[in-house]
Amino acid sequence: MASILGKTGAGQASVESVGRSIPRVEARAKVTGKAEYVHNLRLPGMLYGKVHRSSMAHGRIRGIDTSAALAMQGVFAVYTAADIMKLVPDPHYGPAFHDQPVLAIDKVRHVGEPVALVLAADPHVAEAAAQAIVVDYEELPAVFDEIEAMTSKAVVHEVLKPAGTFPDLKHLKDKRDTNIALDFRLRRGDVQKAFAEADHVFKHTFRTQQVLHVPLEPFVTVADPQPNRLDIHTASQSPSFVRIEIARLLGWPESRVRVKVPYLGGGFGAKLYIKTEALTAVAALLAGRPVKISLTMEEQFYQITKHAATLRIKSAVTRYGKITARECEVWWNGGAYADIGPRVTQKSGFTAPGPYDIDHVAIDSYALYTNLPAAGALRGFGIPQLVWGYESHTDMIAKALSIDPLAFRRKNILKNGRPQATGTIMQDAGIEKVLERLAERMQWEKPFDRGSGAIKRGRGMAIGFKASISPTTSVAIVNISADGSVMVYCGTVDMGQGSDTAMAQFAAEALGVPVETVTVVHPDTDVTPYDMATLGSRSTYHMGHAVKLAAEDARDKLMQLAQEVGLSAETTPIPDIFRRKYGMQAGNVVGVGSFIPSYAPPDAQGQTANATPFWMIGATGAEVEVDTETGEFKVTRLVNLVDVGRPVNPAIVETQISGATLMQLGFTLFERMDFDAGQCTNASLADYKIPGIRDVPAAMENEAVDMVQQSGPFGAKGVGESGTFGVSPAIASAIDDAVGVRLTSLPLTAEAVYRGLRANAGRPLED
Amino acid sequence: MQRTIQFTLNGHPVSAQVGNHQNLVEVLQGQGLFGARESCAQGLCGCCTVIVDGKAVSGCLTLAPLIDGADVRTIEEAQGEGGLDAVQQAFIETGAFQCGFCTPGFVLMTRQLLDAHPNPSEEDIRHYLSGNLCRCATYPEVIKAVRLAAKLRKKAGKD
Repeated sequence: MASILGKTGAGQASVESVGRSIPRVEARAKVTGKAEYVHNLRLPGMLYGKVHRSSMAHGRIRGIDTSAALAMQGVFAVYTAADIMKLVPDPHYGPAFHDQPVLAIDKVRHVGEPVALVLAADPHVAEAAAQAIVVDYEELPAVFDEIEAMTSKAVVHEVLKPAGTFPDLKHLKDKRDTNIALDFRLRRGDVQKAFAEADHVFKHTFRTQQVLHVPLEPFVTVADPQPNRLDIHTASQSPSFVRIEIARLLGWPESRVRVKVPYLGGGFGAKLYIKTEALTAVAALLAGRPVKISLTMEEQFYQITKHAATLRIKSAVTRYGKITARECEVWWNGGAYADIGPRVTQKSGFTAPGPYDIDHVAIDSYALYTNLPAAGALRGFGIPQLVWGYESHTDMIAKALSIDPLAFRRKNILKNGRPQATGTIMQDAGIEKVLERLAERMQWEKPFDRGSGAIKRGRGMAIGFKASISPTTSVAIVNISADGSVMVYCGTVDMGQGSDTAMAQFAAEALGVPVETVTVVHPDTDVTPYDMATLGSRSTYHMGHAVKLAAEDARDKLMQLAQEVGLSAETTPIPDIFRRKYGMQAGNVVGVGSFIPSYAPPDAQGQTANATPFWMIGATGAEVEVDTETGEFKVTRLVNLVDVGRPVNPAIVETQISGATLMQLGFTLFERMDFDAGQCTNASLADYKIPGIRDVPAAMENEAVDMVQQSGPFGAKGVGESGTFGVSPAIASAIDDAVGVRLTSLPLTAEAVYRGLRANAGRPLED
Repeated sequence: MQRTIQFTLNGHPVSAQVGNHQNLVEVLQGQGLFGARESCAQGLCGCCTVIVDGKAVSGCLTLAPLIDGADVRTIEEAQGEGGLDAVQQAFIETGAFQCGFCTPGFVLMTRQLLDAHPNPSEEDIRHYLSGNLCRCATYPEVIKAVRLAAKLRKKAGKD
């Protein structure tokens, strides 16, 4: 069946493709084990790279003895920083700061930092040889805590080296002897006056722990040198960034670096910017052979993590429960390398007061270097840490004032048309709707079974919001072939979120053709145009726009072609138009779309009229059962509400909500990286538990509220992170509701609850 | 030390040169099969699930020499008409995967579950699949998929 262009003009969206729960386009490949991952890739003559890592949190390298490794049979080469610098004189990379060396130069800044690389045709040989390398260190004082890092004499980087891409980092250039990698500041109204006039002032401190992404496909890159070029196959969420950054390191034009990305076995923000790519690329060029570096599960614990954070929050509240002023101080533990931490500090920092209408606000948010593995973005870009603080704070205030948590939120909720802390007027943000639907589904205003005997029941709710990282660019190409089938070329990486399916739906909708005729080409920087990255729930909105624009451009061109040959595109099957023009099945019609939203950068007070192209909203209601004799508790019900605009594929949207929620459940209940002198002591799935099927609460409900993002493609916006926002504080509040124990540090453990119960009973446990 | 082993792979006799230190995942990769994936390397995540002599095992913990003479079945094994069995169809229909990296392990383990318990209770499902981790946490959909697969199998048995 040959398709005919649909009559979907601008603003006349049909519902044929967008809004339908079609199965993922790659479904068959995934259930038969045939989906393509870099994990599978082997090339003729390929060498395996294994990394020798630092055993010290902070130390000067006095010497590296590679002789035993080099003497092992089958070892092709051993490289240290000295070898890297033969090819790349300044081998430092990073999205915000050029602070991370390809291999450690002169000093190491965290346990697990790459110090040397062994190449061998047999990965077992490479691994054994990497163990045979001996490094002599002079130990330096180290700093691990984010608050101590503010004033510590231990300095992780002697000189700060901002990458130059971000204006708000410029003042940090060449700054010496500080661990502060960004100090974001926001001031609105007259905070001091509001506090002086307040009926009540509440001040609380909250902490979150360091956790990590744990994609089941660990980091993996294959670099394949070609005459005068370099091909990089990598499990990356940011192929365009990899190309630009590797080209910069090598001093090459972008066109000499090709980055290809098939499916990812999970990303969650881990596989962004440069991870294993720079080391693999330089090693392959030095060796003159293809090189593959696949990290083990243990090695993932040294690569990238989620910020531990401390949030101090202070509110001025009237006796009627209206919040008049709020002060937030946030310290982000960024670990040894900045990665995208400074962006987390600012872009999340400005939402630290929460989705509340507060006239007087002060925020200070600090990105800090410490001697721990680096922290970056993990499903929420810092938002889950903040929501944990401000929503716990919200319920603590409500309880202190004897106001119902829902009523307290209703009184203060930030409504559309009102300014957020940045001064940006809220638009298309379903904060109120999400809160009201949550209350309805929880039957909040009806009586609640509080349990009996030793088992007490409680419930809690929490709501958070997030701005989209802005401004960022996506470019797409839509190519209509002579038989009417369609190719979409875009750099969005499908890491499980279903972007291939969504982009096919967008293109099909814009062209008015069946979605089955659309194929989405995976990122290949030789073919697919620029995309900032697959991160921060930005692709549906940004790449969605680019694909829609490209499809509309192709549609217009095809209509023009039809007109040129005397046919009507609205009644002629597409192949007949091509045949009339070219005399046979030949030719293409290619449309291009490029999208960057409007944006206004914040001033020195953090104020801007346009902070974000759209807002993401997520709320969770939790019910728990707590055993008052042991402190053990069970989450029996989770109700998750989000505003994702118009869901492009409702079934996939629901899976994204519930998946995000369950991931955050792990960060709430048990995940925590443990450290001893900077050494992670639980770097394996045997010791670091992630959620399994038994951790799924008996009742899980997910809903995308009925909203339309007016500025979004076909009314849509992002969904990947919103499910994480409310989980941790909702559960903590439910525990407090059940047994009167308020926990302020994550994870929430039975031991902490039991300690609280004993303290409440006047019989505290010893530490 | 290298040795030659012979085994049946998805119904076909094969032989392979293996080292004593190598595991079953590496042997399968040598045969061009990548559906069993080493992830945690400790037998905890289920991504490398392989059926050896009718039992699901962790390929990462199964030493290559031990499969000499064994019957080995992987996710790549050809299924009936259309190439998909009831479990795979059910996983597609319920959307029971996201990134897909762990999916082969879930499909193979679900087949084991339904062979032993054609009408699994929720507890049976959670018990059998507790050794398969999915970081995308597509567990609620997996539970739905298992139930649907049980139905599809029954229907096929009756027809």
